[in-house]
Amino acid sequence: MEAAPQRVALPTRETPPPGTPISVRLRARLRRFAPPLTFALLVLGIWQLYCTVSSIPESSLPAPTEIFSALITERALLAENAWVTIQEIAIGYLAAIILGVGLAVLICSSKMIERAVYPWLVVSQMVPIVAIAPIIVIWTGFDLRPKIIVIALVSFFPIAVNTIDGLKATDPEMTNLLKTFGAKRWARFKTAQFPAALPFIFSGLRIGAALSVIGAVFAEWVGSSEGLGYLILTFNNQTSTTEMFAAVIVLAFIGLALFALVGLLQRLTIPWYEDARFDDADGHEGGS
Amino acid sequence: MTALEGVDIDIRAGEFVSIIGPSGCGKSTLFNMLAGLIKPSAGKIYLDGGEPDSLLGKIGYMPQKDLLMPWRTVLDNVTLGLEMDGTRRRKARAQAMEELPRFGLKGFEQRWPRSLSGGMRQRAALLRTFLAGREVMLLDEPFGALDALTRQAMQEWLLELWATDRKTVVFITHDVEEAVYLSDRVHVMSGRPGRVELSLDITLPRPRSYEMTVSPEFNALKQQLLEPLHEASRKQMEEVR
Repeated sequence: MEAAPQRVALPTRETPPPGTPISVRLRARLRRFAPPLTFALLVLGIWQLYCTVSSIPESSLPAPTEIFSALITERALLAENAWVTIQEIAIGYLAAIILGVGLAVLICSSKMIERAVYPWLVVSQMVPIVAIAPIIVIWTGFDLRPKIIVIALVSFFPIAVNTIDGLKATDPEMTNLLKTFGAKRWARFKTAQFPAALPFIFSGLRIGAALSVIGAVFAEWVGSSEGLGYLILTFNNQTSTTEMFAAVIVLAFIGLALFALVGLLQRLTIPWYEDARFDDADGHEGGS
Repeated sequence: MTALEGVDIDIRAGEFVSIIGPSGCGKSTLFNMLAGLIKPSAGKIYLDGGEPDSLLGKIGYMPQKDLLMPWRTVLDNVTLGLEMDGTRRRKARAQAMEELPRFGLKGFEQRWPRSLSGGMRQRAALLRTFLAGREVMLLDEPFGALDALTRQAMQEWLLELWATDRKTVVFITHDVEEAVYLSDRVHVMSGRPGRVELSLDITLPRPRSYEMTVSPEFNALKQQLLEPLHEASRKQMEEVR
């Protein structure tokens, strides 16, 4: 612990480079999570204090301790419905990735297709999903299908747009270089265009991840008999505010977990990009 | 618009030829034509006596920017040309590993390009072109972005490399001293439309050494090149006005 290299002790370091001892990594991680956790505890403390001191009824604003105990007493119900929502998000989000990346590749494959499809891609986002979700339910029923469709519709757009930007970001000189190596279009796509687009794609994936959770809740509100969104609505109708808060917290954790999963995937897929960001920290220390 | 007109250049196998001229004189256009990236609207480019449909994949090409892919390690970057040729990965890597020491990159094969210095990046880019195995290599101001000392070291190193392998090198620069020091012949170009103003044989003996750069012969050659070059730059300026 004492021998921790000086460079890791800089406050701007987010991820220590590979090969750093575990203890140092742990400390860096602790340093990273300490501020947000402290802040959360502070807010929870004030919240708790307010609920104790004022006479606000539990049905309006339950204290954090009450929500916590609801999390434990209702754990079976929460877990059961969380599982339903997780499945919806998993399938819907995957569909959004396939749809988003697929459309982006298609649009970038020819100027003609781009001109024909791109405006409609934008128009598709002007149509409020809120308005068409009931129609989707009418078409597809109350099962998993409408949820997947709504989630995919909500989250494919940022994935598609970011992927398109990424695919267009290839340095034209790089394309020229590959041409002089005799590389045909597919080889150029594989070796240059797609890898260069990956950081962009991951940006889209992170936004899409956050949206997919919102999409899931919304789809369940429109027509469902299970899932966390449905549960929140039911608790709301029963003015079981404490349990509602508990369900919201579980939902938030699902969103966080998905976000973290995408982050992990990014670190594994494009380590060169992470390293690049880490190296950049050399230049501007003392910030934040 | 005509970018080039009256560019008659004859390059023999194993020669080191430089093309020098003010920016905007059509050097890049000529270069892209030689690489096969642009087809000339008139005129012909012969290679080994034949006139190929496309020069793409037949000429080694090293643009000004190193264009190393940040997502590939140094080793995977330098084998890019071989990979595009369909060479088996193991064979390509073995070939690259063999050449790494000569290019001053030994021990750096698993590094990301961004962790290399400017000189190393240029050497990696050159190794990538070199490994592609073409007999003619086009180098577009490969040392333009380097500091003076690194540049000098790189020039000496390039000459050594060239002396061993005797590939045909076409070198673009706007540094007269660099052109004289490296080349067998220097072509001076002037712009709008780009044409060759002067072709000068560099009669200095080989191997060249850095001491030669202060010899009277060296200076005389430099002087001969500077005159048309100066004229070309002046004309360019006037046109802009």
